[in-house]
Amino acid sequence: MDVHQAIESLKNEMGRMRDERKNKLSMVVFSGDLDKLLAAFIIATGAAAMGLEVVQFFTFWATPALRDKKKKGRGKNLFGKMFGFMLPKGAGKVKLSKMHMGGMGTAMIKHLMKKKKVASLQELINLSAEMGVRIYICEMSMDLMGFKQEEMIDYPGREFVGVAKFLEEAGDSKIQLFI
Amino acid sequence: MSDAIKPDITMDLKGMACPMPVVKVSQQIKKMQIGQVLAAETTDPGAYADFPAWAKSTGNEIISTDKKENVTTFYIKKIK
Repeated sequence: MDVHQAIESLKNEMGRMRDERKNKLSMVVFSGDLDKLLAAFIIATGAAAMGLEVVQFFTFWATPALRDKKKKGRGKNLFGKMFGFMLPKGAGKVKLSKMHMGGMGTAMIKHLMKKKKVASLQELINLSAEMGVRIYICEMSMDLMGFKQEEMIDYPGREFVGVAKFLEEAGDSKIQLFI
Repeated sequence: MSDAIKPDITMDLKGMACPMPVVKVSQQIKKMQIGQVLAAETTDPGAYADFPAWAKSTGNEIISTDKKENVTTFYIKKIK
């Protein structure tokens, strides 16, 4: 086979592969820990500032962080009520993965963040909304934990989806993360 | 050198931590015209690495960097 021809066809193939991936970041947000959620939103807002399209897929333990503390889900069964009671109600209630120390560690880090002007989780969520970061919420996690759509935060463009929707977004993203 | 640069807009980002300086600058620069210069005053040590990386990714240009005590000013020209 002609070497030049082979190189040419490889070049074309590579160009085609490059073109299929967009300037987009797709992120699975799995953890419900304050520190990991902060990281997820700092990366998301930073990426949006860099001109990337950003999609976050909230699943499992991260789902309760998007509950609205002022809202209530109606018609829950016993398990739904139990999960609702045991899991944090919104971004203000999530805990550190380490050094929580019965609430002391989490309170201390929040105090330090304020002092050092690090944006709080709630501020980062508001900023994400402002910057057009899209949030997908895993329908299966919602159902499993008995969360109702009406108890989740109002977020522009918020969608309740399954794994295929996330994979469609991840498939043509330059960057994919799991947090 | 920076005395010669007349920024169209100056932003006070002093005290702000990651990712806010880059976020605020990206929001401001969207409202500006091509060729205009934005001066971003920051005290965030991460900004040294972040602004050049941000400029490279978004296609803008850092025309000058000026450090006075603990405040670093980045002069950013909107290219596109």
